[in-house]
Amino acid sequence: MHRLYLVPTLLINVVIIFIPAMLTIALAFCRWDGIGVPTYVGLANFRALATDRVFWMALGNNVIWTAIFLTIPIAMGLLAATMMLVARRGSAFFQVVYFLPVVIATAITARVWQGMIYSPLTGVAGLITRAGFPVPNPLTLPSTALYGIAAVDLWHWWGFLCVIFFAALRQVPQEQIEAARIEGASFWQMLRYVLIPGIRPTITLMMIMTIIWSFLVFDFVYILTQGGPAFSSEVLSTLAYRSAFYDLAVGKAAAVAVVISLFGLATTAVYIRLQAKELDQ
Amino acid sequence: MRLVESRTTFVLTYAALGILLLITLFPIALLVLNSLKPATQIVQNPLAWPEIYRWDNFTRAWNDARFGTTMLNSALLAALTIVLVCSTGSLTAYVLARRKIKSWKIVTFYLLATTTAPIQLFLFPLYFGFAKLGLINNVFAVSLIYTAIYSPFAVMLLRTYFLAVPKELEEAALIDGATPWQVFSKVMLPIVSPGILTVALIIGLYSWNEFLIATTFLQRTDRLTAVVSFFLLSGQYTSDWGEIMAAALIIVLPVIVLFVALQRRFIEGMAGGSVKG
Repeated sequence: MHRLYLVPTLLINVVIIFIPAMLTIALAFCRWDGIGVPTYVGLANFRALATDRVFWMALGNNVIWTAIFLTIPIAMGLLAATMMLVARRGSAFFQVVYFLPVVIATAITARVWQGMIYSPLTGVAGLITRAGFPVPNPLTLPSTALYGIAAVDLWHWWGFLCVIFFAALRQVPQEQIEAARIEGASFWQMLRYVLIPGIRPTITLMMIMTIIWSFLVFDFVYILTQGGPAFSSEVLSTLAYRSAFYDLAVGKAAAVAVVISLFGLATTAVYIRLQAKELDQ
Repeated sequence: MRLVESRTTFVLTYAALGILLLITLFPIALLVLNSLKPATQIVQNPLAWPEIYRWDNFTRAWNDARFGTTMLNSALLAALTIVLVCSTGSLTAYVLARRKIKSWKIVTFYLLATTTAPIQLFLFPLYFGFAKLGLINNVFAVSLIYTAIYSPFAVMLLRTYFLAVPKELEEAALIDGATPWQVFSKVMLPIVSPGILTVALIIGLYSWNEFLIATTFLQRTDRLTAVVSFFLLSGQYTSDWGEIMAAALIIVLPVIVLFVALQRRFIEGMAGGSVKG
């Protein structure tokens, strides 16, 4: 009878996620405008992507994004979490403040940065420019747009990692820390030889999740630049979204979605294997 | 206990933590500060203290973003999603935690796999399918999508709460003649209710803040969520940043108040669900 308990969750999941996902895979081999009857075109969508400059730019941007988020926020989170462990007093307060950006809606975070920081008219960048130190709006330059967006997501995101690492660090056996302390370990030695090895599973998992999430990034890019200027900040998810809903090239959008998923799939395989180990315990 | 002896390390640590604190609070301070200012003063200096307090920024934001309607939509959407996720999720989490069925492993892996599926992998057929069925602009239909997306997270988190309940409790209830359903609803659910509350808070936060699905599936002006109507207000209808920041504050303030009041639940839930689940 306990089988029935699973029915609501699985039914909703299959109808909303599984069946449409299968349809997307099928649509990747079709041409479809979202209204008429899809026509089978074989690998044409993928061939078109292979020669599409925007597609490769988007893919490249996702790779850059992954590289940024695998390093900067993880290093920041790790460092801040360790410092919170050193400081002890006040760590609860720091933790809450660092986590604040995580609970603010992405649309709002994006607009605050856009209008109050980057804008040459109403933002801090404009104020600094008027004071005689020209600061261009990073979102309007092809060479910096992606990094301008990444900075916003970084601000929004790093606190989450910090809090997770802090929680993990507090599980590191007290004796190991004590032993290193008696040996006279410095801050960096403590971090390098005791703390990081102590929370390695958490770091690994966060890195895997970072790779998966980096290929899904959508909100900040869509709101801040819509992938522009001149596709310089386009990522795969915004490319797919625009193809489907603005150009009504649903087949192409589906093909892009399949590519995103393939990147996710490889990482997911690793992720699930890690989870399997935990479940077996 | 202190981690390192050196006093310099100690001072440097607080200095660095303080700098990170300022970086975190700076944009939030800008949001609050400028929500009170007239547009003309923001153009002069976004950092300055308000010369006059423009409280009418809030009333204009409330009217222009139609928060009377859109906040209600957001609240309804969040409430529906919470009820759906908690009810269906707790059933599933219980079965998976207690390994009540042989295929518990496959189901767990399937749910884990869907948490990593990109939304774009199912968004397009879902949208055109819903359009055909007349489910666009339907808040209940959107809450079903949220339920599908968020319930794996909820199941994994609730699973850990069910795992913490001693098996003997269940066995005792069964010996006393309780049916399996009574064991679940009368014995287990009350014990894991703190977990359900945590899940409810986080799912509520996620659906309140969600953008991509909401902007795609709820397009009619009287069906928009608060976040989407804020997005449209700031993008098209006004360039008065005082008003835009006031609108932002109206959406963010209840979230921040709730978060600060119940921080431990939020943090443990969000961290726990993604670390363990």
